[in-house]
Amino acid sequence: MNYQSYAPSTYEHDGKSAETRNLKPGELSTGTTIMAIPFEGGVVLGADSRVSTGTYVANRVSDKVAQLHDSIWCCRSGSAADTQALTDYVRHYLSQLAVETGRAPTVKVAAHLMRKLCYENKDNLMAGVIVGGWDPVEKGSVYNIPLGGSCIKMPFAIGGSGSTYIYGLVDSEFKEALSKDEALSLVKKSISHAMARDGSSGGIIRTVVVTESGNEREYVPGDQLPYGPAGW
Amino acid sequence: MASSGSGYDLSSSTFSPDGRIFQVEYASKAVENAGTALGLKCSNGVVLCVEKPLLNKMLLTNSSRRIHSIDKHSGVAITGFVSDGRQIVNRAREECSNYEETYGTKIPTKVLGDRLASYVHYFTLHGSLRPFGTAALIASYDPETKDHALQMIEPSGVSYQYYACAAGKGRQPARTELEKLNINKPDKAENINVREGVKQLARIIHLLHEDGKDKPFELEMSWLCEESGWEHKGVPRDFIKEAVDWAKKDILETEEYESDEDEEMED
Repeated sequence: MNYQSYAPSTYEHDGKSAETRNLKPGELSTGTTIMAIPFEGGVVLGADSRVSTGTYVANRVSDKVAQLHDSIWCCRSGSAADTQALTDYVRHYLSQLAVETGRAPTVKVAAHLMRKLCYENKDNLMAGVIVGGWDPVEKGSVYNIPLGGSCIKMPFAIGGSGSTYIYGLVDSEFKEALSKDEALSLVKKSISHAMARDGSSGGIIRTVVVTESGNEREYVPGDQLPYGPAGW
Repeated sequence: MASSGSGYDLSSSTFSPDGRIFQVEYASKAVENAGTALGLKCSNGVVLCVEKPLLNKMLLTNSSRRIHSIDKHSGVAITGFVSDGRQIVNRAREECSNYEETYGTKIPTKVLGDRLASYVHYFTLHGSLRPFGTAALIASYDPETKDHALQMIEPSGVSYQYYACAAGKGRQPARTELEKLNINKPDKAENINVREGVKQLARIIHLLHEDGKDKPFELEMSWLCEESGWEHKGVPRDFIKEAVDWAKKDILETEEYESDEDEEMED
């Protein structure tokens, strides 16, 4: 076997991020910060709003939190086209299932469907999704579905390119059994910090609070972010 | 008895002038000639029971099952053509497994029943296929709603949910007996529990065999209840024996009571 052919002769960094390298020319990226935290009685989902192609910001106020069913939502990161298509499919399957079973589907089922699509088409997709919502069986729950198509139920989930900058912050600030307001302020704080340091995240912070009684959508304008980089 | 098909009964894709599909009715006849199957939805679980006539003295007992598990949380009892029943059981297993693979959760009771009913119905539509000569009694549990259900699918493809149902040879007297049980009381606490249900079903089966024909038969029983951890399992053999002994004793006592009454009335 000729091993020499496998080793590159020189290695040069091409300046692109891992994410951008996988995008087709002109394809939109939701290089992003997304987050979801369950609390007593529901789930808080949050996201930034920047959509970029390379350095050009295609949309500075996009909505990355999509509704899959009455009380099931998902945060999208990765290729905008891929995640929109996935969301549409899962929304369709969930509505069919609700008709067949006669009741609202659970968050677990939504996450399972999303994961099935992500895993079986992993070669052609670039999508990291966080599915969160409320159902009468598990109450508030959050499932993280990163790039490869694994699906893990988590006590909280962060994702997207900006999430790498806030792992330490969220790990230190998170505690079990948060109240709704505590969870909401943690989401806003964390996403602000990520937007401050990640070039692919920015704009406004969109949040959705999902409870048994319904959904509350809010946003924090870009000039009223609670936090910025320290010392500025 | 039955009106003559006279030409409208050759294919299941032909209606008769009075709006019947004879082939489907004939399929139901096949079920009516077979061993009795009973199902009972109790307050804390579902019990299934099938009477297997032992046609051959050489038969190994407890082989040739009529009751099958289709998933941990559901089981089906079949009566009629046993080989047709195998098809339904296999299809039910596929449905359960596919549903779980697609949606990540156990198939709800009604969805399972509806899908199997659609499957059975399909065979009543095509000219080249014949209907199933089997009735299937499905016991299932939904872990999300914590609800248990009993459904029966007939050869025509109709499926209903029941408190109690019977199919096969002795279904008419069985239904009369089942209606006497406490299964649908408004105060749910009064409804029969599974242990009592097992005994009552054993009694009903033995009641049907009462008239000294003495044909040997085997009793197959299963339950899906709190006691079984909401898993479809065979009722423990020693409990079946206990139930059968109680049943025989109870029948004898009722007979004596009734014959005493008759004697008094002669005066």
